[in-house]
Amino acid sequence: MQQIAKEIRALTVECIASIGQGHIGGSLSIVDVLTVLYYKHMNVNPQYPNMPTRDRLVVSKGHAGPAVYATLCHKGYISQQELLTLNQFGTNLPSHCDMNKTPGIDMTTGSLGQGISCAVGMAIASKLADDGATIYCIIGDGEAQEGQVWEASMYASQMKLNNFILFLDDNGMQIDNYTKNINSLIEPQDKWNSFGFFTQTIDGNDVNAIDQAIEKAKLQKDKPAMIVLRTTKGKGISFVEKLGVNNHSTAISKQMLAEALEELK
Amino acid sequence: MEFRQALSNKLIQLMKKDEKIVILDADLAKPNGTSPIYSAYPNRCFDVGIAEANMIGVAAGLAAYGFKPITFTFAPFATRRVCDQIAVSVAYAKQNVKIVGTDPGITAELNGGTHMSFEDVAVLRSIPTMVIYDAVDSLQLEQAIEQIINYSGPVYIRTPRKSAKPVFDENYQFKLFQSDVVTPGTDITILATGIMVAEAKEAVQKLSKEGISAELISVNTIKPLDEATILQSIQKTKHVVTCENHNIIGGLYSAVSELLCAQYPLKITGIGVKDRFGQVGKYNDLLKEYQLTSDDIYTAVKQNLNK
Repeated sequence: MQQIAKEIRALTVECIASIGQGHIGGSLSIVDVLTVLYYKHMNVNPQYPNMPTRDRLVVSKGHAGPAVYATLCHKGYISQQELLTLNQFGTNLPSHCDMNKTPGIDMTTGSLGQGISCAVGMAIASKLADDGATIYCIIGDGEAQEGQVWEASMYASQMKLNNFILFLDDNGMQIDNYTKNINSLIEPQDKWNSFGFFTQTIDGNDVNAIDQAIEKAKLQKDKPAMIVLRTTKGKGISFVEKLGVNNHSTAISKQMLAEALEELK
Repeated sequence: MEFRQALSNKLIQLMKKDEKIVILDADLAKPNGTSPIYSAYPNRCFDVGIAEANMIGVAAGLAAYGFKPITFTFAPFATRRVCDQIAVSVAYAKQNVKIVGTDPGITAELNGGTHMSFEDVAVLRSIPTMVIYDAVDSLQLEQAIEQIINYSGPVYIRTPRKSAKPVFDENYQFKLFQSDVVTPGTDITILATGIMVAEAKEAVQKLSKEGISAELISVNTIKPLDEATILQSIQKTKHVVTCENHNIIGGLYSAVSELLCAQYPLKITGIGVKDRFGQVGKYNDLLKEYQLTSDDIYTAVKQNLNK
């Protein structure tokens, strides 16, 4: 899976480089969880993207679209040619995830804090439909400053949604600065623990750790799960990592792409 | 019958036939009259607590799964408080969510300024694909809700909770997206929406005693407007007054102005709240305060006709 994650990182950078600019930092930080979900855990079928009994993934931090598109491309939902149409006029791959444009995207996101509520709605729906699906959702640590994240978390716990697995991409950064300097979550695991979640904190760029954490989360009988992913924003590409808080959205030239692809070999 | 009772009774009936219909509340199930639905279908009703943004998102998620969610809360919290959630998670994402906003405008009565939405229609009208329905009486609402549920797409249902003056009789047939000619006339067109249809009907009776023949049209959906019915009437009467329980900015007056500017330029007299906030008061006091009474409509018609 580590190798697949590397390949998806390469596709992510190619996707962003095709238009020359994009949300690279927060895309690269979640590549490992996307890899584990799509290649180990999620019951999905690229030939039948709307399969009713599929597991769902809501990427509530919708600006990580390029990483999701790269994963969907690697998995066979979209062609490599289409992957290089990011943000071009008329594209099916806009900056932020759009369920009505891209096959394999389960919810339209981009206005932060909203996707998690939709995922909670899906988890309730899955219980009503009794289809045995698991609903996954990825939120950002900056996104957790949105009050709606906490409204949704309270209700997921109230409803005992053991089919709901939430990930926090805890990369410690947001657009303006480090999250700790803007509005800190302090200790996210404690917060979700007190909200009634089964919580774990792991190295969010370690595919094996992610796999094991999901296995544990799936054993829950009456609690939703939070997996805090300690990640590096821009993970896997040195020059992006080095940009630190300036890597949220940045220009990626052809030269930078070549450098990135060399590093990911 | 009270609007909320009619709505709840009808939903219990409809939910029996359609197991995809689900109900969401934000801690106002008792005042909004949905509590009996919880007794009938406990597994298909969700009270998310005082968290309207989450309620809209949860509804969008249920809709994405193929369910038909209907959310309930007071009109201001159903609209301005969750405008972005409706815009993105519901409308932009093309989710089939029905949003009930209760006690719009002056019908909020003693809940006062914080709860008195004169802007709810304006807030939602500029969001593409939103349908905005303003309930006239409980008989109409009962028919409307079934057609609204059968329509796929986001709809805002603006309705008082309690009783209102009835306008329609048992022969009435509601048709979604169509306006109703309540009283035919030839001298002036009165376009009214929601509770203002009843006020306008009283004005029409008073005007007829003076030989003024007003055509009263109940504009049931402010969006989309039934342009054909409205234009046909105005081209005949060449005079128009609009009546709404809402700010004249962004509501019916605006919608009709936009239509007529483009297709049949004409002076329009607007009865509605003149860009003011709400306040506590009983229905009749508020009606007078915001100049929404049948007498105000009567006077406006005469002024418009220079009589």
